[in-house]
Amino acid sequence: MKIKANLISGRTADQGAHLEAKTHKGYFDACAYCELNSADLERLSASEGDSLKVTTEFGEVVVFAKANEGNPDGLAFIPMGPWANAVLSPDTHGCGMPGFKGIPAEIEVTDEKPLDMKSLMKKYLED
Amino acid sequence: MPVIKDAVCSLCGSLCDDITVTVEDNKITKIENACILGHSKFVGMFEHDRIETPMIRKDGELVPVSYEEAIEAAAKILVNSRRTLSYGWCSTSCEAISGAIKLAEETGSVIDSTANVCHGPSALAAQEKGSPSASLGVIKNRADVIVFWGCNPVHAHPRHMSRYSSFSKGFFTEKGRKARTMVVIDVRKTDTAKLADKYVEIEQGSDLLLITALRSIVNGHEDVIPETVAGVPKAELLELAETLKNAKFVCIFFGMGVTQSRSKYKNGDAVSSLISDLNQHTKAVMIGMRGHYNVTGFGQVATWETGFPMAIDFAKGYPYYNPGETGANDLLVREEPDAAIIAAADAGAHFPQKAVRHLARIPVIQIDPYANPTTELADVVIPSAIVGIEAEGTAYRMDAISLRMKKLIDSKFKTDEEIVKDLTTKVRELKRGA
Repeated sequence: MKIKANLISGRTADQGAHLEAKTHKGYFDACAYCELNSADLERLSASEGDSLKVTTEFGEVVVFAKANEGNPDGLAFIPMGPWANAVLSPDTHGCGMPGFKGIPAEIEVTDEKPLDMKSLMKKYLED
Repeated sequence: MPVIKDAVCSLCGSLCDDITVTVEDNKITKIENACILGHSKFVGMFEHDRIETPMIRKDGELVPVSYEEAIEAAAKILVNSRRTLSYGWCSTSCEAISGAIKLAEETGSVIDSTANVCHGPSALAAQEKGSPSASLGVIKNRADVIVFWGCNPVHAHPRHMSRYSSFSKGFFTEKGRKARTMVVIDVRKTDTAKLADKYVEIEQGSDLLLITALRSIVNGHEDVIPETVAGVPKAELLELAETLKNAKFVCIFFGMGVTQSRSKYKNGDAVSSLISDLNQHTKAVMIGMRGHYNVTGFGQVATWETGFPMAIDFAKGYPYYNPGETGANDLLVREEPDAAIIAAADAGAHFPQKAVRHLARIPVIQIDPYANPTTELADVVIPSAIVGIEAEGTAYRMDAISLRMKKLIDSKFKTDEEIVKDLTTKVRELKRGA
């Protein structure tokens, strides 16, 4: 089962508290997840902590599922950081700013586990 | 045991300047008044993954070298590069930023700040329409209607509401939160939205529609407004417009929900127009919720030294600015830079994959106190002292008020200011040799 979602990214207090501790597991826990509301998680048959694969025109990334009832249906949120940036839009529409919010995405449950920060960055060196 | 009062927190753009720090044996052992972010900044520095020594990548691995070797290797990269991108410089002092601009001029580089992925569009909006603003002190003392639009200070600027806005008590606002109306406009019910008197949930990417509708109502043209705009019923919009018009003093704080969503700088441009319209009825101002503690300082220093706030290209020998062309992400996505220097910011973590992929292919020099995703891509790594803790310097708060950051403890590391000076001297030496 896949759902279509509108993906946004943004700051959180936990992400901010790990801004200078990005090699720590706390940063991974603070950033490598995707928030959906419970109804959307139910549509995916996913529970909190399950792995989700988020795919956009620009790439794919595996992150953990997290529930947030503040999200309207179909709105997915990944905290700003390398996991979100694996799938957000590099297009600046000629004004300098990439597309960090409002990216069409497909989300599904996967058996894969999210990569830690170093493994994620290593993929760029191997490309 | 020295207790240092009124230290400035060098984490977010709120630049809280009331932090009390206790220092024992050159270590910070106690911190008072800081939020979760500030606490992590001051106390966390002894637990975080500090870059302990300069390093150069050899056979795929970063290996320790002397400071002089790292400076020489970095200078060689810069001298041999035909198109260097210098990026970041926002978690550092204005003095270091000034040095970085000099280095960019010396090497014919493009220099850009973290505004490229944050409030860059707000700078463009200000150039289009202006940015009627005030100091946070004025907001504290006067604003009775506070709007948070596309921003979430509970998470990103945790003490903002208690020090400067919703909860603070000022000269004409002595009742604090009770006498202020707090409005939150966002696409999801954030923790900030939960504290609002009025929460307006809009469809993601439709900010411009909502601002335009509000402007129409404020200007007396409510008859042209359809039954819903941006997912918001007309009645709710009429009520919001009345709240804004009837205020004594309105401040719209706006964040990346405004700058990063569809229409980008046109959103900030429209907010500025709305502020002008509101000023026909009352007093109104706008302030961007700036992220890095001195991203505002970069804009200030760059503007007085080059005429432009960011994305400045020195390739022609004089400053040239066209953000959709000379912005850090545009350059990387076009695969234009053949080398990069990334300092006091983390492009590895905060740029989209296509830009990071190009960084991975070119020589990267990193200047930073901590290891982060950029370190994984860097070829030369130069550790620096933490400004506001191990080094003093000037920073600008989000309302463009300058504050002097204190040095609280001694450090074995050189400051960003010293590093960039050494690098510029070495570049000049190598160029003379050539």
